[in-house]
Amino acid sequence: MSKSAGTPGDITRRQMLRRIGMTALIAGPGAGLLTACATGGTTPAAPASAAPSASGAVSAANPFGVAADAPLEVVIFKGGLGDSYATEVHEPLYKKAFPQAQVKHVATQKIAQTLQPRFIGGDVPDMIANSGTDLMDNGALQQEGQLLELTELWDAPSIDDPSKKVRDMVAPGTVESGLIDGKPYLMNYVFSAYGLWYDSALFEKNGWTPPKTFDEFKAFAEKAKAAGVTPFAYAGKNAAYYAYWMILISAAKIEGNQILIDVDNLVDGVWQRDSMKQSAAAWAEIAKYMDKSFEDKEHTQVQLQQNQGKVALYPSGSWLENEQKAQTPETFKYALTPTPSVTAADKMPFEAIRAAAGEAYIVPAKGKNPKGGLEYLRIMLSKEGARGFTEKSGNITVVTGAADGLELTPGNASLSAAQTAAGQNIVTFSNFENWYKEFETELRRQTNALLFGRISADEFCEKVQKAADKTKADSSITKQNRTV
Amino acid sequence: MRQGKYPFIVGFLAAPVLLYVVFVISPYIQAFYISLTDWKGISAAPRFIGLENFTRLFDDEVFWAAVRHHGVLLLVMPLVTIVIALFFAFLLNLSGGQRGGQMTGLWGSKVYRVIFFLPQVLAVAIVGVLFQTIYRSDETGVINSLLGKIGIDPVGWLIDPDIALLSIIGVMVWQAVGFYVVLFSAGMSSIPKDVFEAAALDGAGRFTLFFRITLPMLWDTMQVAWVYLGIAAFDAFALVQVLSVDRGGPDNSTTVLPLEIWRTAFNFSKFGYASAMGVALFFMAITFAALTLRVTRRERIEY
Repeated sequence: MSKSAGTPGDITRRQMLRRIGMTALIAGPGAGLLTACATGGTTPAAPASAAPSASGAVSAANPFGVAADAPLEVVIFKGGLGDSYATEVHEPLYKKAFPQAQVKHVATQKIAQTLQPRFIGGDVPDMIANSGTDLMDNGALQQEGQLLELTELWDAPSIDDPSKKVRDMVAPGTVESGLIDGKPYLMNYVFSAYGLWYDSALFEKNGWTPPKTFDEFKAFAEKAKAAGVTPFAYAGKNAAYYAYWMILISAAKIEGNQILIDVDNLVDGVWQRDSMKQSAAAWAEIAKYMDKSFEDKEHTQVQLQQNQGKVALYPSGSWLENEQKAQTPETFKYALTPTPSVTAADKMPFEAIRAAAGEAYIVPAKGKNPKGGLEYLRIMLSKEGARGFTEKSGNITVVTGAADGLELTPGNASLSAAQTAAGQNIVTFSNFENWYKEFETELRRQTNALLFGRISADEFCEKVQKAADKTKADSSITKQNRTV
Repeated sequence: MRQGKYPFIVGFLAAPVLLYVVFVISPYIQAFYISLTDWKGISAAPRFIGLENFTRLFDDEVFWAAVRHHGVLLLVMPLVTIVIALFFAFLLNLSGGQRGGQMTGLWGSKVYRVIFFLPQVLAVAIVGVLFQTIYRSDETGVINSLLGKIGIDPVGWLIDPDIALLSIIGVMVWQAVGFYVVLFSAGMSSIPKDVFEAAALDGAGRFTLFFRITLPMLWDTMQVAWVYLGIAAFDAFALVQVLSVDRGGPDNSTTVLPLEIWRTAFNFSKFGYASAMGVALFFMAITFAALTLRVTRRERIEY
């Protein structure tokens, strides 16, 4: 979820240089590296914890009591969403509310590498867009007491209608998606829908319609293949999670959202339930139409192939259109179709889509101006803030109705139509991706093994279950739980 | 001057030694300590957990997969590199027969020397990106398109778990050979000419020259090469990171310890556990170096 806006694992030149540097350090006997940023316990516990100093008078306009002249430091992950939404919309809005406050803007593609040393040293910023491939582990931050609980934010009066709370102005499930240990710590801001993306112009030209069942999917795959188009493809090298999302969505369509809750809660045997096996088997059948060579392709390479009309259906989230803006040819019209139904007895109809809040924004507990951080989030959650975000980043936010009246791109228009068609049939989020990174890594491995034909659906379910059991038994990993 | 010798030396050495202790020795010691904690890389006060991280290592499949890969790397990479480098160095320096009492290399050997050394100048990252194209698994890959011309189906160089690691070893060899050609060339040029002359007069051919004279007299250089290459075999981080599918895949078939250390620390926030892997790697590298020097020890040939 929260990695959505970045291109997964794309290695930039800067990252590369950094990694080479890192290689030199780890090389040979690698023990030395890890302490490069360690302190060996000599640094005094974060001085900022001594009491967030700055505070001002609490008023209707200033519910958290932000000190009007306290400086605010904002760190933004500059990935697929860019950072102009912060510099041109949210930060000016904050400045307007507190003209005396200095707002410092930091944009980075490497959140963890930039901020980890600062957390250890106790010099933390006031608001962080914690995203990208190298985001910080939110679970670990929370366990170390570094995250500010956001209950106060969700219960604060909304900027647009002070008679309502902020939590009432956002899409259902937004607050829940940011829970750690049962309490809200993450403000998931971007509303994303997940499914299969295609070029509606290409489909129209060929007289194709997106398949509604897996039988239709297979028939479609034959037709597409005959036309020289790969019916379905994903990038094995760095985007295996795009594919396991599809497996999870199908399983949830068969059994209902409870299976996603059970997956997150590491319930015994959840990966070996019939619904999961059916889903894995169904996707493995479709993956047979995909060439083996897609396993060493990167996200961007497969997307390029789709833009060139060589790939019909690509599994991804709603940020795709914006991410591809520069490469998409004029004639290409993005459209979203839900994942096909697996069985006739599926609990959720074909129209059901996975839609969830993603892109976590956090306020560090030990920053210098945490109240300012909260207020900044409240500004982001105002209609004006959300609308500006959509204009600058091309993505829809969790703030309901904020994008009304904006002219939508083909992809966003299709998304909005899909949402209307889905109605209440929403496949919900998964939290294990943030909670249990090791398990997630293993799931990626096994997803590639399944979809590139090295293991069967049964073996896949067995191996993933084993990894889930291992996570559950590992006392060094703090277990999380969710009920909704 | 004489009575001032020690203060002078100490004065000169103090600064570098201090820098070395602060920036090299102390991080090592800290790493040993961190490997005994459950440090998550965020707080400044990790919890001490004794040897738990190390007992955990014993049950960690991925760790053992990585260790196995280092085993393969240690056997294959130095051996292949040294054999190829020796062969090239011999061709470049000694195989052209005699001219004016000097052993010479093949015609054009100066040009070849530059070509062989070229990969060494490239950054690992560039090599990685280069080989992404060379190894691409569909018919657009450089090797596969060549194979296609003679009617062989595309080979999944990096996506077939059976050959992915060997493909990556191939890149390491390709990059390392040039350096060892130069190293061995230097070794060969320091072998006294009269030895070759005498042998040649006695009617020794190229093979005899190589196996009976060159090789034994190069032993010291080879020993150094083996240790260097062995230590390189404990790394392989950058190439695996750039080339392999899903960072160490498919199915963990190419993962190496530095990659797992990096992943465990920076992706899983388990700096304590990652340090334990680092300590394990440290001991493996030390043991390897000690064993190599011990096993290959021979009497020096004086000349």
